Amino acid sequence: MSPGTPALRVAIVDDEAPARSRMHDLLEDCAPDLSVQVVGEAANGRDLLELLERQPADVVLLDIRMPEMDGIEAAQHLHKLARRPAVIFTTAFDAYALKAFELHAVDYLLKPIRLQRLQEALSRVHTQPLPGIELLQQLQSQARRHLSVQERGKLILVPMDKILFLRAELKYVTIRTAERDYLLEESLTRLEEEFAERFVRIHRSCLVAREHIDRFERVAEEGGWRVLLRGLNERLPVSRRQQHVIKEFARA
Amino acid sequence: MGSIDQSIHRDALPDFRNLGVILRIVCIVLLLCVFAALCQVQSWGGTFERFLEVVLPVQPALLLSLGALWAASDWLRRRPYREGVLLVAVLELGVAALVHAGLGSVMPDLTQAGPERYGVLALAATGLILYYFHLRSRALSPALTEARLQALQARIRPHFLFNSINAVLSLIRLEPRRAEVALEDMADLFRVLMADNRELSTLAREVELTRQYLNLEQLRLGPRLRVEWHVDNMPEDALIPPLVLQPLVENAVYHGIEPCTGPGVISINAYKSPRGEIHLVLRNPYRRDGAHHAGNKMALGNIRERLSLHFDAEAGLRTTVSENTYQVHIVMPYRTAAAQAARVEEALA
Repeated sequence: MSPGTPALRVAIVDDEAPARSRMHDLLEDCAPDLSVQVVGEAANGRDLLELLERQPADVVLLDIRMPEMDGIEAAQHLHKLARRPAVIFTTAFDAYALKAFELHAVDYLLKPIRLQRLQEALSRVHTQPLPGIELLQQLQSQARRHLSVQERGKLILVPMDKILFLRAELKYVTIRTAERDYLLEESLTRLEEEFAERFVRIHRSCLVAREHIDRFERVAEEGGWRVLLRGLNERLPVSRRQQHVIKEFARA
Repeated sequence: MGSIDQSIHRDALPDFRNLGVILRIVCIVLLLCVFAALCQVQSWGGTFERFLEVVLPVQPALLLSLGALWAASDWLRRRPYREGVLLVAVLELGVAALVHAGLGSVMPDLTQAGPERYGVLALAATGLILYYFHLRSRALSPALTEARLQALQARIRPHFLFNSINAVLSLIRLEPRRAEVALEDMADLFRVLMADNRELSTLAREVELTRQYLNLEQLRLGPRLRVEWHVDNMPEDALIPPLVLQPLVENAVYHGIEPCTGPGVISINAYKSPRGEIHLVLRNPYRRDGAHHAGNKMALGNIRERLSLHFDAEAGLRTTVSENTYQVHIVMPYRTAAAQAARVEEALA
């Protein structure tokens, strides 16, 4: 790298402290050939997103298997950042993901990582865009733990268990928690597929969280049903087509 | 041994597309023809001629059968075993009738006997051959069982191996002494994993091995992993199949500790009950949302198999899931090497 080029800003994400310190050592070893600056470390995807709010990075070395928020989910949320860092996935063993990375020419590093491989990956980083959202969705082994929305340039994470219902409006999906609304640019159908265990469709345009359902109520004058959610005053209509949900709920 | 065989061995028709199976069928049929010729003729010279006469009408039936079985093989093997056998018998009767009718027009003198005799002979040969394959698969299955046990036993998560090596690498520059101990633990662990593990081990050795394994995990996970040992009262000399405790603890770390950011406790309890049984109780935190369990079930199934291989119905493994703990409870009889040696001596005397 020619002198005067700004150092590559790197964030290290791994849930194991020794793995982070090993990566630190390796990045220091890169020094003569490649100017690298470690801007921070994070122990899971959520910590990474917080870190990036304070400290922008050019590249994230991202472990796949982590508690709280794994690398695959974190990369999906990174898509919503104004300045997206490049991502190099690191993993000790993950046959399924690695096959997909090979197929889509996504760079990854196998732990234990060789210095030379790390240098190669870092020097290529400018030509490596963030892996596409479709690929990441396909690699997701379980439903995301959070939805992310952008508000005034800030990324906000909404934990799934706080969400009462999701409702499709014209162009957006409204996320409703006990406190407030958020606007999300995703399709309700896809959300329904991904979170089938957590949400149930009560209407063409509305998914409610099973764990927050309090009871169903009959509206005498209309002959229809409404659902009451814990922590919410609003009553949501259940469409005629989805009334089987009420029976299933009663059985459970 | 018996109980294990049954759980794994399932009666099945042979694979009629396998060359070995086809050759065996041909050999058996030809031998039957030789036998028939031997019975009918008293002189050696005449036997060969008689053999040719016997083989002549059998050949087309044999070839036709092999062809039909080859074509129907997959379909037949998908049926339940009894139904499959019945279908093969029906198929053979059909072949016999067809050959009888076909030969009747070409060589009328060969088919004077009438189709029912052909049918009976075809059924007898079919029955004999299927019985042979049945016995053969029975005889081979313990070998398969053994191979399977060995293969399963040697499995350790590659995830653990590579992450541990990575953790040791991180120590080498700053804490070389800790790195040395970690590598020694790893060597001991793999020595046991790669050993021939058919013989029983002792509880003390199993606990020691599990401690070494946990030392390595502690290195990676630091304060996230807490272990509580309650083994002060365990009978150290109790015999136990090797690698019963360590894989369970490995599961506990993988499913109970790694998915959490906060610290989690694994508790390991080993004691002898007043009734003289050995109890091993393992508890770890449990998260409902994980998409795991395939690997866990395999490990548990493997341990159950080995427990019953060594202790038959006297040993048992039970798992319980409560709100946020997962528990594995193993009960087995208290056996010691000394007691077993004494029993052998008694028997000899």
